Amino acid sequence: MSASTHPAITAARTPGDAFRASSEIRLSVEQVSYAYTPNPSQAPLFTLETSSFQARSGEIVAILGPNASGKSTLLKLIAGVLQPLSGRVLLDGFITHSLNPRIRAQRIAMVQQESNLLFPTRAWEFVLQGRHPYSRVFRFSSDEDTLIARNALVQVGAEHLSDRWMDKISGGEKQRVVLARALAQQPLLLLLDEPTLHLDIGAQVDLLHILRRLAAENRYTIVVVTHELNLAAEYADQVALFQRGRCLRVGPPAAVYQRDLLEQVFQTSLTVDLGSSGRPRVSLLSGS
Amino acid sequence: MRPLTPLRVLARCAILAVVLFIVVVVALKLGAVPVSLYALARDVIRVALHQTSELSSDYRLIVFDIRLPRIVLAIFVGASLSVAGTSFQALLRNPLADPYVLGVSSGAGVGAILALIVGSHLPLPAGVAAFLTPLGAFAGALATIIAVYLLGRREGQMDSSTLLLGGVISASFLSALIMFLLDTVTGRDLHGTAFWLMGDLSTPPQPSVGWIVRLVFFLAAGTIYTTASDLNLLLAGEKEAMHLGVDIRRVRLLVYVAASLLTGIAVSVSGAIGYIGLLVPHAMRWLFGSDHRMLIPTAAFGGAIAVVIADTLARTVVAPTELPVGAISALAGAPFFIYLLRRKLA
Repeated sequence: MSASTHPAITAARTPGDAFRASSEIRLSVEQVSYAYTPNPSQAPLFTLETSSFQARSGEIVAILGPNASGKSTLLKLIAGVLQPLSGRVLLDGFITHSLNPRIRAQRIAMVQQESNLLFPTRAWEFVLQGRHPYSRVFRFSSDEDTLIARNALVQVGAEHLSDRWMDKISGGEKQRVVLARALAQQPLLLLLDEPTLHLDIGAQVDLLHILRRLAAENRYTIVVVTHELNLAAEYADQVALFQRGRCLRVGPPAAVYQRDLLEQVFQTSLTVDLGSSGRPRVSLLSGS
Repeated sequence: MRPLTPLRVLARCAILAVVLFIVVVVALKLGAVPVSLYALARDVIRVALHQTSELSSDYRLIVFDIRLPRIVLAIFVGASLSVAGTSFQALLRNPLADPYVLGVSSGAGVGAILALIVGSHLPLPAGVAAFLTPLGAFAGALATIIAVYLLGRREGQMDSSTLLLGGVISASFLSALIMFLLDTVTGRDLHGTAFWLMGDLSTPPQPSVGWIVRLVFFLAAGTIYTTASDLNLLLAGEKEAMHLGVDIRRVRLLVYVAASLLTGIAVSVSGAIGYIGLLVPHAMRWLFGSDHRMLIPTAAFGGAIAVVIADTLARTVVAPTELPVGAISALAGAPFFIYLLRRKLA
């Protein structure tokens, strides 16, 4: 049995295989739906119709849509904290909802809209909390935990904030520290729910720039819910457009950003043209 | 970056243990009958060497049979209330939570009184009947915290002021219930109104109940300590904690039950001493930071120190009569509550 007659074996020995393995489908959202029903006897208040997409490692997926279109619900379904009504979300072959909370937190990190602390902590303490899913009973940090936390702060360019109090730093700085805590979880999948909310434009670009770099260097799969159409077009590999619980289109920004589609979804007049980077750019038409 | 180490926790606890020891010595010395330090040291050594016969009977009676058991009781009651307050603050995400403010102490009081009444009508051996009170107090405390927790939720979210109002109203209702029960049913083992509403350490329980108090304290506080780092994450909210791998349901169940046990046993032997669970955790946070791996043990020591001091004041400032210890803690605690409330709203 020679190697040449067995393509699978030869493939496994070629140097390019490492890259191919790392860019396999990592996240697979398969026909997922959900219904939010506070009272079982009534019709559901909100439904998310079946949606599907896939993402590779190193890819950024942006979820776009108006308010109440089901973006955050989809993010929670991906995170495995909500159980889908039908369908499933697979992360490296595991159903995210079925993982126990500890294992799930080792694979999936979530950056929420805003972190509100009851009692303030220092930034480094906050980042060390990302090591929680790896810790043992009394959960004192090991040297390894400290090293990982310090690296996480360096990766988001926030090592100078290490000793600052979380309630004494700016919104943009805080969001970086929150991101560093997510990195300390050493996840495969990084989920962000409107991370640029309340940030000024400079801080928004900084944050997405960091995400772009993390996706490339750490091979994370990143799913980000956002309202920033232009930032999403600039930084995402794929965008998924949602309206009233329906996934209208998934694909590269150029394929999704079509004037009539966006106008219909966002109920406003706008134009789409190509920016200097070759990515689509949306401008609002005011007063029309 | 200086992560918390077990050694640092032990070092802080050692400092507080020394402070507690000094406070205990002073508390043993002070009182209607003054005792000299020399006599105290000599007698402690004699007791340690089992030469109790050489003690003068006065000292033995005052120091070892009256003051010491009362101080030991104060230590465990204070530690229990303080750890319970720390837990409620973290779980309810409310810096103003405290067993007394939330009505949990009053609930424990109602449970304890009901158990005393039921116990006096049942043909139980005295040994068993004695355990009925702490059990009733625990049930009352648990029922109250569940009720207040449900009252404090609005549209699935914990609302801070609704929670506090729910607690205050529950406390008021349950205190009225205590008055009603005490006035309509009089049994020989029922303490007075001041005991149940204000707290009082002047009648230490029988030794077997004392053992239960100490055992339950170590079990319940130990259980809460195993969730210390989960509680740290819960400070940022249940959703965030969930994404960091905290098993919220398990932690909530463990800590609510354990904190109710702590409140229940404390109330069953000392009545409703207020504000310890509010004052002490805040003081310890201010001194040592808000990490629960440090906070829980230091709050236990701090609570012990605070109640021993409060009780010593209660029995000395208006000697030869006494104030209820809860009056002292409320005099310090209520203004502090206002301060926290104002600072939070500002």
